[in-house]
Amino acid sequence: MIYAYAFVAIAACVGIERFHDRRVKIAIALALAAFLAIAPRFYGNEAVFSVLADAAVYVMLALGLNIVVGFAGLLDLGYAAFFAIGAYTYGMLASPQFGLHLPFWVLLFLAAALAALFGALLGAPTLRLHGDYLAIVTLGFGEIVPQIFQNLTKYTGGPNGIAALDVPTFFGHSFGASVMPYYYIALVGIVFALWISRNLRESRLGRAWMAIREDELAAKHAGIDVLRSKLAAFAIGASFSGIGGVLFAAKLALVSPDLFGFQVSVLIVSMLVLGGMGNIVGVVVGSLLLTIVNSALLPQINSLVDSTFHTTVDLSNIHFLIYGAILVGIMLFRPEGLLPNKERRAELHHAGEPEAEA
Amino acid sequence: MHEFLAQLANGVELGAIYALIALGYTLVYGILELINFAHGDVYTFGSFTALVVLVALRAANVLHGAGLILGIVAALVVAILACALLNAGIERLAYRRLRKAPRLAPLITAIGVSFMLENLIELWQGSAPVPFPNVIPNPELEIGALQIGVQQIVVVALAVVTMIALHYFVQRSRLGKAMRAVAQDRDAAALVGIDVDRTIAVTFLIAGALAGVAGFVGGVSFGSAWFLNGFGAGLRAFTAAVLGGIGNIAGAMLGGFLIGLLESFSTWFIGGQWSNVAVFSVLILVLVFRPSGLLGESLPEKV
Repeated sequence: MIYAYAFVAIAACVGIERFHDRRVKIAIALALAAFLAIAPRFYGNEAVFSVLADAAVYVMLALGLNIVVGFAGLLDLGYAAFFAIGAYTYGMLASPQFGLHLPFWVLLFLAAALAALFGALLGAPTLRLHGDYLAIVTLGFGEIVPQIFQNLTKYTGGPNGIAALDVPTFFGHSFGASVMPYYYIALVGIVFALWISRNLRESRLGRAWMAIREDELAAKHAGIDVLRSKLAAFAIGASFSGIGGVLFAAKLALVSPDLFGFQVSVLIVSMLVLGGMGNIVGVVVGSLLLTIVNSALLPQINSLVDSTFHTTVDLSNIHFLIYGAILVGIMLFRPEGLLPNKERRAELHHAGEPEAEA
Repeated sequence: MHEFLAQLANGVELGAIYALIALGYTLVYGILELINFAHGDVYTFGSFTALVVLVALRAANVLHGAGLILGIVAALVVAILACALLNAGIERLAYRRLRKAPRLAPLITAIGVSFMLENLIELWQGSAPVPFPNVIPNPELEIGALQIGVQQIVVVALAVVTMIALHYFVQRSRLGKAMRAVAQDRDAAALVGIDVDRTIAVTFLIAGALAGVAGFVGGVSFGSAWFLNGFGAGLRAFTAAVLGGIGNIAGAMLGGFLIGLLESFSTWFIGGQWSNVAVFSVLILVLVFRPSGLLGESLPEKV
């Protein structure tokens, strides 16, 4: 059943990508939104919507990282740090930890602001660095943040984290144990994230990012304030992750430092790469595909293999093997991703072909 | 004073291991501008091959007298060869096709290869740390106030000899010169008749061999091998390479020793659970003030 949803969503995305008429694109998008909003009325399996809600959170994260990596071309290998900051904001301010029980809705915005602040704090000294140096500094930041959360046991619960987080309420109605509210909030979040991404891409700032991505020196000489544009990319990208963190923590009712390791950062980068970096629709497809593979397909193949061959193979043993092979396979056979960004594809093919002959 | 010297010795030992791994990163980066993310796992593979050889020899009961020395040499050689071949194989299968791809593609591929290697090593040797055979006798020597284990001396000596050999290879040999030429300008190197693909393959062989030495000495030094060792050690070693100035061989050695000392002293002063924070904070600080690392040259931007 989950594949049906994923298939509809991905097919709609591909449709939006393929059709050139703006009205058709909008019609498909509206139809998809309506379908996703109404579907639970007819099919209400909580487990399925739990996976879909997670997928939606990842779509938000991927859209945020897309602004940093896809638009501005800054490779961030520690993006999970901002996710952690968002999640711990909720964990510390809406739990018995300090006896503070701030409302979920306030914390959504607070976490976005805090994550953006930390993005700017990390970015201000480091964004002068180029390419791989920046990648390694962000990676380092991604290692530092969970370790700080792990070590400040007094405030963060240490390695065990914080459990029994508050259940959010909506005008006095508790979310209860149902996952549906998270699914809907994440959907609304995606709509906002898409809207912001699209508008940013077309804005002055967005064009500055593309210029920096393509040729930083030329951009600088064209009068673009490079450092400020990069800082904006870092802060905006991080704020998406902060919101995602609050949703994630509230749904799980738990935060712990091992949920935000390097693997999470790589997972989100892989989503961008798989879908096609810089292309908003591609990023959505990439994140949907990877989440479904991770949380639905692999476990199911596992049980299928077991029931067919009467074995008790545990595929989770080779989870990373499969995952690594997917990454390598995509890079070798379609390095620009499944739905490449049009400008990037043009660049790659213009620049690539004559060189290949040389 | 005792404690200070002991930490100093530990730091140098740790630094020697990091430096060996960092050299592998820096050689590959110098020639391909690629962070070979799988390099740390090649190091883990080296530890395990040495471990398997030593366990087999111990079971055959040949590890005494001259057999002990031969056995240690055999384990080291097997680890070196296995890692060299593995690293060159990775280059051939996964990176070579991507020479002309956008910059991010080989990096993501390397991360994918790293995940695969970690998983394969886990399937091969299990997910718990495996004790490394304690073959090198380890009496404590006292030199003034310094207490130092024979193992520590062996580890550092082996690392230093390897680095000296590497230095001469890169500076003097034909292949070493070819490596430097390709690193400087691949097209120009091809024009003067250097086989670029072969030179890159040799670079990966050498980087792998260094990881093999590091895997062996790491196993001896830590007393165990674990399938995820390479992730943390690789990260620190890469940090060391960046700290020294990536692509710069002397820089990688300097960075390795600095990171090793930093880790051992930060463990002493503020506790091992803060070592990541200490190492990466220093990295960020150094890069803010010297964006190309300690020994890296800052090149003018190309248009």
